[in-house]
Amino acid sequence: MKLRLNLSVNGEPAEALVDPDKTLLEVLREDLQLTGTKHGCELGECGACAVLLDDQPVLSCLVVSHECEGRSVVTVEGLTVDGRLHPLQECFADLGASQCGYCTPGILIAAKALLDRDPNPSRDLIREALSGNLCRCTGYQQILDAVQASIVRLGEGGEQKK
Amino acid sequence: MTRPRNVIGKPRRRVDGRAKVTGQTKFADDIILPRMLHCKLLRSTVPHAKIVRIDTSKAAAVDGVSLVLTGESFPIPYGILPVSHDEHALCPDVVRFVGDPVAAVVARDEATADRAVRLIEVEYETLRTFASPADSLAYPEPRIHDYGDFGNVHKAVALQFGDVDAAIAGADHVFDDTFFFEGNTHLPIEQHATVATKDPDGKLVVYSSTQTPHYLHRALSKALAIPAAHIRVVATPNGGGFGGKSDPFNHEVVVAHAAMRLDRPVKIALTREEVFYCHRGRHPVLMRFRAGVTNDGRVTGLDLQTLLDGGAYGSYGVASTFYTGALQTVTYDIPTYRFRGCRVFTNKPPCGPKRGHGTPQSRFGQEVQLDKIAEKLVIDPADLRLNIVQPPDSLTANFLRVGTIGLADCITKVVERSGWRDKYRKLPHGRGVGLACSSYLSGAGLPINWNDLPHSGVQLKLDRSGGVTVFCGATEIGQGSDDVLVGIVAEVLGIEPFDVRAVTGDTDLTPVDLGSYSSRVTLMMGNAAIQAAERARELIAEGVSAKLDIPKSRLVFADRRVFDSEDPGKGTSFREAVCMAEAKFGTLGTTGSYTPPKSPAKFKGGGVGPSPTYSYTACVVEVDVDPETGWVTVPRVWIAHDIGCALNPVLVRGQVEGGVYMGIGEALMEEQAFRRLPAKLSHALVHKFPSILEYKSPTFLDMPEVFTDLIEHPDPAGPFGAKEVGQGPLLPIMPAVANAVYDAVGVRIDSIPVTPEKILRALEAKAAGKAPRSGPASFPEIPWPETLHVTPPWAGGDGRADNDPKRPTHRKVDAGIEAKAAGMTKEARS
Repeated sequence: MKLRLNLSVNGEPAEALVDPDKTLLEVLREDLQLTGTKHGCELGECGACAVLLDDQPVLSCLVVSHECEGRSVVTVEGLTVDGRLHPLQECFADLGASQCGYCTPGILIAAKALLDRDPNPSRDLIREALSGNLCRCTGYQQILDAVQASIVRLGEGGEQKK
Repeated sequence: MTRPRNVIGKPRRRVDGRAKVTGQTKFADDIILPRMLHCKLLRSTVPHAKIVRIDTSKAAAVDGVSLVLTGESFPIPYGILPVSHDEHALCPDVVRFVGDPVAAVVARDEATADRAVRLIEVEYETLRTFASPADSLAYPEPRIHDYGDFGNVHKAVALQFGDVDAAIAGADHVFDDTFFFEGNTHLPIEQHATVATKDPDGKLVVYSSTQTPHYLHRALSKALAIPAAHIRVVATPNGGGFGGKSDPFNHEVVVAHAAMRLDRPVKIALTREEVFYCHRGRHPVLMRFRAGVTNDGRVTGLDLQTLLDGGAYGSYGVASTFYTGALQTVTYDIPTYRFRGCRVFTNKPPCGPKRGHGTPQSRFGQEVQLDKIAEKLVIDPADLRLNIVQPPDSLTANFLRVGTIGLADCITKVVERSGWRDKYRKLPHGRGVGLACSSYLSGAGLPINWNDLPHSGVQLKLDRSGGVTVFCGATEIGQGSDDVLVGIVAEVLGIEPFDVRAVTGDTDLTPVDLGSYSSRVTLMMGNAAIQAAERARELIAEGVSAKLDIPKSRLVFADRRVFDSEDPGKGTSFREAVCMAEAKFGTLGTTGSYTPPKSPAKFKGGGVGPSPTYSYTACVVEVDVDPETGWVTVPRVWIAHDIGCALNPVLVRGQVEGGVYMGIGEALMEEQAFRRLPAKLSHALVHKFPSILEYKSPTFLDMPEVFTDLIEHPDPAGPFGAKEVGQGPLLPIMPAVANAVYDAVGVRIDSIPVTPEKILRALEAKAAGKAPRSGPASFPEIPWPETLHVTPPWAGGDGRADNDPKRPTHRKVDAGIEAKAAGMTKEARS
C-alpha cells in the first residue's frame, strides 16, 4: 500500500506516491530524483544526508517519510536561488572546501543551519556544529576557512550576493 | 620570451567546483535509467568453507525477481595483477572470508532484491580459518588458494644490495627494532555503486565508481568473455577513492553480466557494511629493522624484513609486498640494503592499496627507529636526518633514479616554523613534539600490464567556435584530476579554464590513461596534456603567422588572444586564430602521450619503486598526552611538502591537509581489526568495527591546526615542474605522532595505532622498571627464498642480480622450505 505524501521541497510543492517504510532520504533521491543529497551509511553516522526539515538540520536517512507530510524540506538543490549560488557555496567552491564533493551537500546544509541561527559563530563553534559530518578528503581546514569567509560575504550584502 | 603564467600557480576555483557545491556532480548511485533493475549480493557468513549446495529456488519465486545468479555463471577468474587472477564475481566452490559473495538477485527494486537474496540457502563445509599471518605460516594446509609461493604464503621475496651484513657488523652501533602497523581502511564517504546497461547497439556500458576504468575495462572483457572494443566503461566521479576503488570488483562484473542477459539497466549500490568487505585497504604489517649506524649518525646498512597480512585474495598484494621495502633508500643515503618481504593469505577481506600503498608501514618503522638512533647518539633528530638526506640526481643502492630533492628544505622549514629547537625535549611532561620525513612516487614507472604503450593519452579538439575540448581517460576522484587537465590546456593556449571542456574517464570517448593511483595523474596526464596543447598551439601559430604575417616565433598566446610580442596590438582573438588554423589545415585535433623513462633496475622486483620523480615531505607534530588516561590530542601539525610546482595551490594545500588528516586517523584510531564470534554462534572471524560509528575516524573536533608550506623547486620530469601531493604528505604523520608521544611521556609506542591502552601499558611497564615500550616482541622465522644479490651502483653494478635465475614464470618451491614452513611454531605478535 503506497502512501501519498505532500511536501514543500525547496519552496515548491512536491507530491509522491511512496512505500511507507521509505526514509526521507530515499524519497528525495528515488521518488523526487533530487540526488544532490547523499548517503554514506544510512545509519545516521556520517552526515552526508543532512537536509533542513522545517528549518532544522536532520539526517534524512533517519527520518521516516510519512512523518514529513505537510512539512518543508530544503536540500542542497534549494541553496541556489535564481541561478545564484549561496555565499557558502561560492566560498566552498573557491577555497577548496569540496574535494570529491560527496560530503559537501550535507556539510553545506549543516553550515547553513548554523549561520541561520548564529550569523557570526567562532571557528570553534563552527567545528562543533559540523562535527556530525565526516569528510575524508579535506582535513576540514578549508571547510572551516570557507564557512568563515562566507560569514564575511553574508555580512557584506546578505544572501546570494553575486 | 617567458611570460607570466595566467593559470598555473594561481589559486583558483577548481573547474568542477560549481557542480560539487550544487549537488550536481553525478556519482554512480545518482544515475537513474528507465526500466532499471536493482541487484543485491548474498555474502558468505563463514570465513573459509567449501560451498556444498546452493538452493536459489525460493528467491527465484519471489514476485519481482528477474534473475538469480551463482558462481556457475562466472567461470572465468580475474584480478588486478596479471600474476593473481584469483577472483570470481561469485564464488564457484570456496568462500574465503565473511563477506565473499556467493549469489546475486536482480529484482524490480532494492527492497525486493534484498528480501529475495535472504531466501537463498547455502550449505557450507567449513575449513580451517586462518586469522593471522602466524596461522598462515604455521599451517600450509588447507591452502586458501592453489597458487602462490608455498602453503598459504602468497609471495616471499628477498633482495640484497651490497654486503649489508659486513656493513652492519662494521658499524659503531646496531639498532634492531620490531614494529607493527595495524590494517585500516579507506572509508570513502561514497559507497561503491555501479550501473550497467546494454546500449541500443547491443554493447555493454558500465558506469562505476572506479579509480581505474581502464583496468575495469580489461577485467570485464576477460571475466565476461566480451571483446574490450564492445565494452564501454565510464568512471563516474568518485566520492573519495584513496585506493579503495582501484581493483575491478565482483559487483561490477555481476551487474554487467545481468544487464547483458536481461537487456535492462541494472544498478547495485553497496551498503556501508559491504564497503568494509570490499576493503583492499592498508595491510597489517609486522616489521623488523636492523640498522648499522656510525657514531655521527650515518646509516651503513639496513636489513629490513616485513610480514604482510594479505587477506583472502591477491589484489595488488605482490606490488604491496615490494612497496614495503622500495622507498627507504629514496629518502636517506643507505649504501647497503637487504629487503625481505612476505605476504600471506588469511581469511579476511583482501588488503590492497590504500594511500601510500605499502610504504606507510615501513616508513613508520624507519622514522621511529631514526628517532631512537638520534636519542641514543644524542643528535637532534632534525640534524640526524639533514645529515643523511639522499643526494639529488643520484641512483640509490636499489637502482631507483632520484631527481630533485627538496627534503632538506622541508626539514629546515618545519623546524623553523614549529619552533622545534625550543620544544624538542624541552616541553613539560605530557607535552611533546615529534619529527618525521617521507618520500613518495609521482607515478609508478611501470604499468600493471607490462607493455610499451603510453601510460597516459590526451586528445584535443578545437573548432571554429573557439571552444576547446580535452579528452583523457584520467579519473576524477576528488583530487582535482579534471582541474589539472583543464588548467594545463588553458595555460598553454592562453585561454581561461572556463573555455575548456573536459571529457574524462570514458573508455569509448577518451584515450587510455591508466587511472588515479600511484600519484601518477598530474605528472603523466599533465605531460601528455602539455604535448597535445603545444601541438595545437603550433598549428594555430602556423595559421596566424601565415594570415597576419607575423613571424611564428614572436606569437604569444595569452588573454584569449594570439598576438605579436613586439606589437601586442597586432593579433587576433583566440577564436579567430583557431579559424585561421582550421582554414589552413582542415579539421583540428592533436594528441599527446606520456611514457615514463626506463628504469635502470633490471632485477626481478625492480619494477616496483621506479618513478619519474619523487616528492618529499617533512612534518613536526605536537601532542598532549594525559599520563593518567593515555589520551592523546594533537593540537598542531607543521608540514612542508616538496611539490616541485603547485599547479593550483588551493588544491595542493587540500591534498596536504587531507593527507595529514588521514595520517592522524591512522596514527591514533583507525583499525580494520577482526574478532571471533563466540563459539556458540559460528565462531566466525568478523570485523571488530564494521560501521562508520565504530570504525573511528577523525571528526572536525579531532583535527589539529595544520601549518602547510610548499617547497617549489620545479622538477624537469613534471608538468611545469610539478610532483605528486596526493599520498606523500600522509606518510610522515604516523611516525611523527609516535615520536612526539615519546617526547611527551618517555614511552615508545612501536605499533600503530597509538592508542591510550598502549600508552598506559607502556607507562606501567616503565614504572615497573621494564622496557618503556608497547610493540611486538619479535619477528618470526620465515623460510625466505634465495636472496637475489644486486651489486649497488656505487660498486659498479649494472642493475641486474648477480644470481638472476632468468625470470622464471613459477619459482621452484624448495621442498625443504615447505617442510620448514609446516613445522614452524606459532610466533606470537603482540
